[in-house]
Amino acid sequence: MATLHTKSAARAMMAPAVIALFVWMIVPLALTLWFSTLRYSFYGIDTPFVGFENYTYFLTDPRFLSAFQNTLILVLGVLFVTVVGGTLIALLLDQAFFGQSAVRLLVLAPFFVMPTVAALVWKNMMMNPVYGVISQVLAALGLPPVDWLNNYPLLSIIIIVAWQWLPFATLILLTSLQSLSEDQKEAAEMDGAGPLSIFFYITLPHMKRAITVVILIQTIFILSIYAEIFVTTGGGTSSSNLTFFIATLIQLDGDVGTASAGGIVAVILANIVSIFLVRLVGKNLEA
Amino acid sequence: MARGISPTRKIGMTVLAWAVGFLIFFPILWTVLTSFKTELDAIAIPPKFLVFDWTTENYAAIQEQRNYFSFLMNSIYLSLGSTALGLLIAIPAAWAMAFSPTKRTKDVLLWMLSTKMMPAVGALVPITILFRNFGLLDSRIGLIVILCLINLPIIVWMLYTYFKEIPGEILEAARMDGASLVKEITQVLTPMALPGIASTILLNVILAWNEAFWTLLLTTTNAAPLSAFIASFSSPQGNFYAKLSAASTLAIAPILIIGWFSQKQLVRGLTFGAVK
Repeated sequence: MATLHTKSAARAMMAPAVIALFVWMIVPLALTLWFSTLRYSFYGIDTPFVGFENYTYFLTDPRFLSAFQNTLILVLGVLFVTVVGGTLIALLLDQAFFGQSAVRLLVLAPFFVMPTVAALVWKNMMMNPVYGVISQVLAALGLPPVDWLNNYPLLSIIIIVAWQWLPFATLILLTSLQSLSEDQKEAAEMDGAGPLSIFFYITLPHMKRAITVVILIQTIFILSIYAEIFVTTGGGTSSSNLTFFIATLIQLDGDVGTASAGGIVAVILANIVSIFLVRLVGKNLEA
Repeated sequence: MARGISPTRKIGMTVLAWAVGFLIFFPILWTVLTSFKTELDAIAIPPKFLVFDWTTENYAAIQEQRNYFSFLMNSIYLSLGSTALGLLIAIPAAWAMAFSPTKRTKDVLLWMLSTKMMPAVGALVPITILFRNFGLLDSRIGLIVILCLINLPIIVWMLYTYFKEIPGEILEAARMDGASLVKEITQVLTPMALPGIASTILLNVILAWNEAFWTLLLTTTNAAPLSAFIASFSSPQGNFYAKLSAASTLAIAPILIIGWFSQKQLVRGLTFGAVK
């Protein structure tokens, strides 16, 4: 149905989107690469070429190593909680009970809460060692209060981010669960399969693709967590991830060169992660 | 699940499911409740759940004191502006890919998705410098462009999956009748595509409204949206839980309502059509 005429029209229609995204991808990357080879500060006058100096400086900064570790812990921690928790809650919501759509709305709600609100509500009203609801509940049970953000900053941030993303994982996994045909389960039941073997041999393989999607998409977003750290701990070696650390380099230190080197390192790491992820789960997505 | 389910099991599941739902929703419920308390009741020990002097003074205080209104307007400008700009660019592209696909269409789509993989912090330095040099820091227009670009892949993908579902025969019939390209789009395609476009708008408004990387890093006051307004509560200044709660409730209420209405489309949009 595509004639030459419609083909060139199609190309013209795609051009703005393709060009916009191409420029968005290439120009900042090229500039970052260029700046990363300069000694360039908001407070300096000259911007001399220094080769790899900024990279050495960035990679040997002890804050880099801690930021790198925190990034890994944050991503893996949130993925673990949301995938396992999301699967369990999806299985629960797939059962027959009264008020299904109402409970769905309740479970879904945190996803729509903006990151700064989620983080501040948890920091002040849930995790505060004196007034926080968690401490009050612990006190009622006769347990000592916990100063979450001071003593366990990274764990606290994992809890907050996992709360925000649990609804997403649940919703995707539930959608996938509902497309599983009842016949298959019934047939397995007739053959004498128990609920556990039905879950591991029928339900879980069916959900593989959805779990893959959840992991991929969440990883992209969680690598770039910023606001939750900004309003809770305000950074520091115990809770900064790479995104936050690099943002600090330019926002507070005005150190364009080192921040750019950090940006390039982050891009390389993200690419390694995505290649690794795509390869690990590529087969799943093809189906 | 139509098979015989014992009533006891169903009641048990009901209790369990509602308990889980309540637990997950609790921080939001608590925020809304606290927004109607006095600052003293907000930090009462033990906490007051429903029995307290209900007041709307926090809402009044928020609207008066901290130029809340300009932050709200910025949130509206940014989310609607970036969505409109995004649609303007994405609708033709998605239309072309859905109805005149070539061998490379799939590659182009995957490449667009891959731009989403690029960490924001990789672009932060040059964008900050470009914005400084062109006077775009703390400007709405600069932020609208950025928000549009970060969500453009999602918009194109989502529209593409919706457009794909429109049967091509209808377009061919329109062409046989001598409809021009413009007529084809405006009179045949658009009415059929409206539900998909509406869902795309909703999802993109949600994403732009809640964005909190670029909005925090590129604004101070003039272009700062509600996410930045809320962040300004992070520095402790005495007892402010009730006011924080009121501001938070105002900031999340519109999106929560939109989100609840568009939950099904959300799955599609955020998974790039991979899960329906």
